[in-house]
Amino acid sequence: MSRMSGAQALIKALEKEKVEVIFGIPGGQIMPIYDALLDSKIRHVLARHEQSAAHMADGYARASNKAGVCMATSGPGATNLVTGIATAYLDSSPVVAITGQVPTSQIASDAFQEADIIGITTPITKYNFQPRSVEEIPKIVNAAFYLASTGRRTPVLIDIPRDVQSEIKKVDFAEKFIIRGYKASPKPDPLKIKKAAELIFKADKPFILAGGGITNSNAFRELKELAELLMAPVGTTLMGKGCFPEDHPLSLGMVGMHGTKEANYFIMKADVLLAVGCRFSDRTTGKLEEFSPDAKVIHIDIDPAEMGKKRDVDLDIVSSADKAIDALIEILKQKMKKKESKWQKRIKELKDRFRNEINDSKGISPPKLLKLLREALPLEAIVTTEVGQNQMWAALNFKAIKPRTFISSGGFGCMGFGFPAAIGAKVAKPDVPVVDIAGDGSFRMTENSLATSIDENIPVIVVILNNSVLGMVAQWQRLFYNRRYSAVNLGDNPDFVKLSESYGAKGKRINSLDEFTDTINKALKEDVTTVIDVPIDPEENVFPMVPAGRSLKEIIE
Amino acid sequence: MKKTFIITTLVEHKPGVLSKVSSMFWRRNFNIESIAIGAAERKDLARMTIAVKGEERDAQRLIGQLEKLVDVLKATILNPEDAVIRELALIKIRTANSRIRSDVFNYVEAFRGRTVDLSPESIIVELVGNRSKIDAFLELTKKFEILEVSRTGETALLRGPGSVKLND
Ligand SMILES: Cc1ncc(C[n+]2csc(CCOP(=O)(O)OP(=O)(O)O)c2C)c(N)n1
Repeated sequence: MSRMSGAQALIKALEKEKVEVIFGIPGGQIMPIYDALLDSKIRHVLARHEQSAAHMADGYARASNKAGVCMATSGPGATNLVTGIATAYLDSSPVVAITGQVPTSQIASDAFQEADIIGITTPITKYNFQPRSVEEIPKIVNAAFYLASTGRRTPVLIDIPRDVQSEIKKVDFAEKFIIRGYKASPKPDPLKIKKAAELIFKADKPFILAGGGITNSNAFRELKELAELLMAPVGTTLMGKGCFPEDHPLSLGMVGMHGTKEANYFIMKADVLLAVGCRFSDRTTGKLEEFSPDAKVIHIDIDPAEMGKKRDVDLDIVSSADKAIDALIEILKQKMKKKESKWQKRIKELKDRFRNEINDSKGISPPKLLKLLREALPLEAIVTTEVGQNQMWAALNFKAIKPRTFISSGGFGCMGFGFPAAIGAKVAKPDVPVVDIAGDGSFRMTENSLATSIDENIPVIVVILNNSVLGMVAQWQRLFYNRRYSAVNLGDNPDFVKLSESYGAKGKRINSLDEFTDTINKALKEDVTTVIDVPIDPEENVFPMVPAGRSLKEIIE
Repeated sequence: MKKTFIITTLVEHKPGVLSKVSSMFWRRNFNIESIAIGAAERKDLARMTIAVKGEERDAQRLIGQLEKLVDVLKATILNPEDAVIRELALIKIRTANSRIRSDVFNYVEAFRGRTVDLSPESIIVELVGNRSKIDAFLELTKKFEILEVSRTGETALLRGPGSVKLND
């Protein structure tokens, strides 16, 4: 036990959690913490907007499989974090957010820069804390990291009143916070595993739908082993992208609204659907009532609240993906005999037929560009995306081969995520190239992160698929609103090359696919922040597409 | 089939828990009929009884969402046959004259209620029972001028020596 301030106790507790970096912006009610941070080895990365700080922490977490930390002052600093926290929450990413708060005596008095951030973040965190004494800080920090990174991962927020930050007390770091109501890692029910194995064993047309839960439980080896044992095709959700190598013969790519034709075709024909670490989101299932209509569904997820939330299932197994799949393999490997079935033959046949067409483009074809990008990047390189057409082109055409190499805002669909998330990912993995695939609209939401990238020497590459419109919205207006374009024109875009240069980054506009390959190769070699502006046709659509609320059979190509 | 399910939960007895639980009800769109909360057998625990209207599946979903909350230690659906379920209601009725008053007394007696406050112009009736008993009383006394009603919401315990408690 030693005497220290609340701020010092916080920093020491963060060090004990092996925190290496904090993304944030200071302000009045968090000054003692920023002061204590000066005496620590923990790196601070100064964001230019708190939303970006939260996305950076999120990108760091997704790339590294460790909790990411962001920090902001009270009031506006804290509320600016909210979009980033919600983004992490919807995609089950472990982010610990630390906010300053007005002094205890002023709480609830509408003091200067006061916000009820506990109330505001309750629906988007697993838990949030407001320590009222210095002594509580170490155990709260310990509990926050434990809660954020176990079970279904989520953000956790710690809101520290300013007086608690500066008060000096004797602090004990051995004390533990007791969280009685929390079950971190439920074990799969062996009886249900046995039943599931029987269902799978009897299946003629099994299909594995893999989601982010595979990534969060590191079940990559298990998933591959199971798929190969069953010779079952694997489709993923957007969050699952990368959890199964997309160049594997059993991979069908992404299922859903912008899923591949083959994935959507075969998931609708399956007789047993093994859905692991996913949550039947409307973007994945299309019209829920008609989704995979003949399949008996086995749902494995770590969150009991997901069971039966959307689709009624035949077997619900509450477990982390790795444990459940391992248990299934244990039983199945004694039973299965490898023999190619009709289903597998059919998949092979159709997969090749479905694969080959890319629609013609007026200018540079985004799908072709993304395929070239895949060729240019090493397999370990990390790709993040913004939201909109750029995201769906990337999901469809950029094959993710290794885990944690495709990072995208799936559940929240948050424009502006990709660039700061790329910066966070680069901090986690400084030795691999990180590329943000952007739309011009999304990039402009957090483009000021260029300053962070340059000042903190965190080189990333941004590829702007620049159509001068809010492309995905324009696509919907074109297809479903009779081309009545409303508020989608971004004609006032700045010159992205000059913009980047004014921040000290490299900027380059390219006019052909060849030029793109040259530019990206150069950027990879130089390893400096580079923005590549790629003009594309504003009328370009992302296909295939299933209109919202329709069955996955109703594909537009 | 839609019906009312009674869910009993053990929660941490500390500030903020009720607001976290009830904000979840709104967010997840549950049709909550009543919530009753008070201290449980241990100082650090509170017992919350929730009446929710819906299908069996909705009740199961609610259990999932409740157990997901870190401050909720346990949540279970109570089968009405296996449980004692009670609500308390206080009902203030205007009794302008002695004829009305004796009329009201008759109902109170028939429902085994008690008169807990008496003034020249009004009485307060205390009624204990399940929800439908209290609903029935209010229905039958509609013809009087009811000034105020305050109901606690249903609270419940498992019958017999069994109990819904922490398994520690
Ligand atoms: C923060 C936020 N605001 C609005 C939207 C709605 N939205 C979805 S896609 C989109 C257009 C995205 O435009 P751009 O970033 O240029 O990408 P493109 O679709 O053109 O590739 C919009 C406005 C959103 N997803 N997120």
